[in-house]
Amino acid sequence: MGMTISQKILAAHAGREEVQAGELLNCRLDGVLGNDITAPVAISEFRRLRADRVYDPEKVMLVPDHFTPNKDIKSAEQSKIMRDFAREYGIKNYFEIGRMGIEHCLLPEQGLVAPGDLFIGADSHTCTYGALGAFATGVGSTDMAVGMATGEAWFKVPESLKFIYYGEMAPWVSGKDLILQAIGDIGVDGARYMSMEFCGEAIEKLSMDNRFTMANMAIEAGGKNGIIAPDDITRQYVQGRVKRDYTLYASDADAEYARTLEYDVSKMEPLVAFPHLPENTRRVSEAGEVLLDQVVIGSCTNGRLEDLTIAAGLMQGRKVHPELRVIIIPGTSRIYLDALRRGLIEIFVEAGAIVSTPTCGPCLGGHMGILAKGEKALATTNRNFVGRMGSPESEVYLSSPAVAAASAITGRITAPWEI
Amino acid sequence: MTLTGKVYKFGHDVDTDAIIPARYLNSADPAELARHCMEDADPSFPEKVQAGDIIVAGKNFGCGSSREHAPIAIKAAGVSCVVAHSFARIFYRNAINIGLPILECAQAAEEIMEGDRLEAELESGRIRNVSSGKEYRATAFPPFMRDIMDKGGLIPYVQSKLE
Repeated sequence: MGMTISQKILAAHAGREEVQAGELLNCRLDGVLGNDITAPVAISEFRRLRADRVYDPEKVMLVPDHFTPNKDIKSAEQSKIMRDFAREYGIKNYFEIGRMGIEHCLLPEQGLVAPGDLFIGADSHTCTYGALGAFATGVGSTDMAVGMATGEAWFKVPESLKFIYYGEMAPWVSGKDLILQAIGDIGVDGARYMSMEFCGEAIEKLSMDNRFTMANMAIEAGGKNGIIAPDDITRQYVQGRVKRDYTLYASDADAEYARTLEYDVSKMEPLVAFPHLPENTRRVSEAGEVLLDQVVIGSCTNGRLEDLTIAAGLMQGRKVHPELRVIIIPGTSRIYLDALRRGLIEIFVEAGAIVSTPTCGPCLGGHMGILAKGEKALATTNRNFVGRMGSPESEVYLSSPAVAAASAITGRITAPWEI
Repeated sequence: MTLTGKVYKFGHDVDTDAIIPARYLNSADPAELARHCMEDADPSFPEKVQAGDIIVAGKNFGCGSSREHAPIAIKAAGVSCVVAHSFARIFYRNAINIGLPILECAQAAEEIMEGDRLEAELESGRIRNVSSGKEYRATAFPPFMRDIMDKGGLIPYVQSKLE
């Protein structure tokens, strides 16, 4: 029987020719990631192991991005634990502010993840790297600690769900809408323990930035990983970035899937996920009158150059609605600089938005745009749980950068074609 | 080992932001996290929960973030066990790794009520509702996961393998 791309990558990292769904494997890791929230816990567990070194100082990656630039004394102490550890253990891939980015924008940009890799990260959106044809999944701090010490982790070989997207994308439809559609259909636990494999002609034409958005949100359907088979678009992206050999895997034609879902993207429309779950999706034209207090464009989901370019295209020569606060967060320092050179930053500032240094900040209700009781925000982020962006009595709506930028102008949830 | 406690019941898709909101993640101190455990789902929970009490919830408990602070907060709050219809993958893994007992049983999760008294046996997966007299059987863990739990979590388990 054939294997899926996810199963093949796991098999290769366990030294096996063939594996089947449900098997437990011990696998060799190509990378272990942590951030300023999860790494300090992992470091204290690592010290309990009394390991005198990390398995490979080039393969442990530490990114202070959640509460940085540090918002208070406690978060500064957490970052310091990570910084001191990076120095003590000679961690090559530690990124200080000004040279960093939101981890899942940064690692692919820096060429640290390659197609065919097996990555774990103590952050649930580690699944983003599946866009490169890697198997990447979120774990907790203890798994990260053991991964740092041994370079290994155990995995249950997952079954896969296949999502086939046909046709030419309807106007303003993006990767964000394709993944919101899937989450809306199968629900926030529809892919629990499973791989989500995205394919079809629309995916084959999809840009890398849009692919990252899709793989990023696999976790919002409970997925273990999201993955797209690498092709020429992938190869072009990693060329000049990835400085080592890598392997391109693809699913076998006779691979088995738990379920296959098919979509005609020419009939789709931008979607909005209503509070308080990403599965509560509605077409933007059916959103009704939702008056907003804040718009956030950024995050590991939609903080890349293409996202900012689309937003700037809609905001150019227009002004942010007077009763609205708009926060734009480029995903990395590199994206910030590219956006600056292309004039996007000027467009945002002229329009009356603020542009922040790269940070996860408001996405998780950390800092840089917290909501008061009763406030509503539209964000290009990934979660709209109760209290996610601040007060437990605030509301978060999720959308693509195009819908967010159009709404920034009108002050209410708005389709891009309306402005 | 038999765990005994009073039930606090929650619904489906209890996410990690409800279990421990991110605004408290600038600390990793278990006692500090426990003071805010389940706060956004039930603000009075940290005050009223007693050592040994049991959380019973619906499907997909612990969905969302990978923060290990979530099972750490529950454990530090004194909760002896979480019984759910199902658990989100990362939470499930984290709970085992830090030694927070969890049991998966759809029927128990549905029928057990807030305030019931439960007895849960981890070895057999037997759950007894002392208040109603009904018994349930939770899904058994694979042997190596049992081994991790028997050793008190992943770190002692790996230590024992390194020796």
